[in-house]
Amino acid sequence: MRTRVGVGIHGWGVYIPRYRIKVEEIARIWGYDVNYYVKSLMLKEKAVAGIDEDVATIAVEAAKNALKRASIEGSKVGAVYVGTESKPYAVKPTATIVAEAIGATPHVLAADIEFACKAGTEAFQICTGLVASGMVEYALAIGADTAQANPGDHLEFSAASGGAAYVLGPDDSRAVASIEGSVSYVTDTPDFWRRELSPYPKHAEAFTGDPAYFRHVVNAARELMSQLGLRASDFNYVVFHQPNGAFPLRAAAMLGIPKEKVLPGLLAPEIGNTYAASSLLGLAAVLDVAKPGERILVVSYGSGAGSDAISLIVKDGIEERKNLAPTVRDYVNDKTYIDYGLYARFRRIIRYVR
Amino acid sequence: MASVPRYWRNIPSYYRLVGSKCRGCGRTWFPPRRCCPICYSRDLELIELPTEGVLEEFTIIRTPPSGFDYYTPYVVGIVKLRDGTRVLTQVVDCDVTELKPGTEVVATFRRVREDGDFGIVMYALKFRPKR
Ligand SMILES: [Zn+2]
Repeated sequence: MRTRVGVGIHGWGVYIPRYRIKVEEIARIWGYDVNYYVKSLMLKEKAVAGIDEDVATIAVEAAKNALKRASIEGSKVGAVYVGTESKPYAVKPTATIVAEAIGATPHVLAADIEFACKAGTEAFQICTGLVASGMVEYALAIGADTAQANPGDHLEFSAASGGAAYVLGPDDSRAVASIEGSVSYVTDTPDFWRRELSPYPKHAEAFTGDPAYFRHVVNAARELMSQLGLRASDFNYVVFHQPNGAFPLRAAAMLGIPKEKVLPGLLAPEIGNTYAASSLLGLAAVLDVAKPGERILVVSYGSGAGSDAISLIVKDGIEERKNLAPTVRDYVNDKTYIDYGLYARFRRIIRYVR
Repeated sequence: MASVPRYWRNIPSYYRLVGSKCRGCGRTWFPPRRCCPICYSRDLELIELPTEGVLEEFTIIRTPPSGFDYYTPYVVGIVKLRDGTRVLTQVVDCDVTELKPGTEVVATFRRVREDGDFGIVMYALKFRPKR
């Protein structure tokens, strides 16, 4: 998919809560072998939202950072889309809270987007279309999650919290990266789901790898390269959705991409799987270090299932924007470790009774 | 029971730190006032206040009112903003036993209170130590 007129990223911003729990601590509680998580899945620790944080608060903080880098007022934003699977309300859009907090109300399109971990790039694609059509000048695409996991389930080792926001606008001299093109690869693949009123998701164990993640990610990437006439070697950086640290490196190997191009955007070992924020946080980590002229491939994956592949080219002027808001590294390094007891309280696995 | 209308009316102040500035004497107030308590002018305008400041005084709440149960212990303090306005607010993301007056703080959007398991969730800017 290519827009008739150019669309670019004007600002990027992230938020990662400061609390971390180590996989050793989770393994200790449930009696699992920690080596599997550390060695095979390349997970060290994960980011945990504080007791007063949720998707709305994470999305607002990320959005404010993106607006700082774009150097525009919130009132200029004509659309706010929040991609998430852990919204604070089942019915009442998170996007209304974000739009109000950044001063974008009342003339603003606003909705929450749901497509498991692909919801963030889905929001990104919708915003790209809205800007390209001229319906809005600037649009805000956010991926944010405070991922739920059954206590004791394998997912508990990775399900994490974080958010990333992008201000998209015309591909003019103020844009820091051009959107070169994108594709989507969607099928009905029931690898992971959560039914209404169920507090935690279920997943089809071994089914989550080859027919789900790898098939969608690799096919989306191949189709995008074919449509744009590019080869894997044309990309300086590649970011995949990160259910753990190992899957993105295996997907890269399948596409003939060296791991050096994946590592700058690989955050899962240090913060876990931030679901709808995962690939967009990886992209932000790359934009924090990328230079003008470099090309970036981003491929999301959402269970259910689908992948969005997006190609971006970094533009002049990115350097001046990097220091206008905290970087991904700033948030990754600002951390406080908690034990499983506090984690259980923060995630409300244990309830306050009085 | 939380008052939904009262929360809704105060959203600009809770979310964006909207206070009032007196056109008579130039002083700023948070939350916004209709009448200046110093020069008695009724000519005040709404403005967004700066989101950075210094923590002047604080107390630690360990026995909370209902709806705040999950958040204890939490800090309620007076922050003097860059423009001199004083704001009564919560201070988060800190070890409450090590917090000191004079700490530089910055606003952060957080969950403040919820009305039971099914009622409204209330948000507002709190402050956290600057890092
Ligand atoms: Zn006055």
